[in-house]
Amino acid sequence: MTGNQIAFLVMAAVALLGAAGVVAFGANAVRAALFLVLCFFVLGFVYFSLGAQLLGITQIMVYAGAIMVLFLFVIMMLQLRGHDLSKKVGIDIKSPLAWMFGIALFAVVFQSIVLPMNMTANPAVTSDLGKPEAVGSVLFTTFSWPFEVTSLLLLIGVVGSILLAKRRI
Amino acid sequence: MVNDVPLSWFLTLGLLLFMIGGVGVVVRRNPVVVFMCIELMLNAVNLTFLAFARYGTMPNISESQAVNGAMGGQIAVIFVMAVAAAEVAVGLGIIMAIFRLKNNADLDEVSVLRG
Repeated sequence: MTGNQIAFLVMAAVALLGAAGVVAFGANAVRAALFLVLCFFVLGFVYFSLGAQLLGITQIMVYAGAIMVLFLFVIMMLQLRGHDLSKKVGIDIKSPLAWMFGIALFAVVFQSIVLPMNMTANPAVTSDLGKPEAVGSVLFTTFSWPFEVTSLLLLIGVVGSILLAKRRI
Repeated sequence: MVNDVPLSWFLTLGLLLFMIGGVGVVVRRNPVVVFMCIELMLNAVNLTFLAFARYGTMPNISESQAVNGAMGGQIAVIFVMAVAAAEVAVGLGIIMAIFRLKNNADLDEVSVLRG
């Protein structure tokens, strides 16, 4: 057990704790959002450990920052309360089914895909390839057409969300 | 810097996050929390992309192929992030519109997208 492995296990444990908190405390939307921030923040450090510096910092800024602020704004505007959503009576058949489905998915994918993948890091891939310079030069040369399409998609997203959320146009 | 953490550890973390997100989508009835679980699943996929980008998939690939794969994986993560941002903006807009219309945001009761 080396230092890298211990660091990975600690980060994975915190990320899984955050993810489990989102589902377990889902009745309170603000609490779920804060658990999700914890999960995304730690995942940013997992990206750093994979040598993806640009994407690690983007993860922290875009996901843990911008997207979660958007979520918290919507929770604030809707004023969703936990007890309004959890007053349903009767036998809940959905959650045991969902857990069974989740465990089955885990078993199948773990058995057939994860277990055969026991290779170590490719030494040809150095951590320089995750730097902004390397990623940016590929993004603006080889992938410039998908990049332009993405900008169009974001424009449509902005216009569409304003159109949906506005009271009167 | 050769990472001595096996690839399967990263894949297991991604799989567990995806599983928790998928269960949360089914279990939770608050649409905002369902969206959070979808974000969780997208992040699990991003983690898998980056793990494969770092480790490569084939046993004996050449150096230029490994470099191409690493760059392609990172670019895929960038596009997933951009699509996720657009999806969150539109999805939360739809939730606000439904909430304004019905004054209720329980997903089990909002089953039709009609006024």
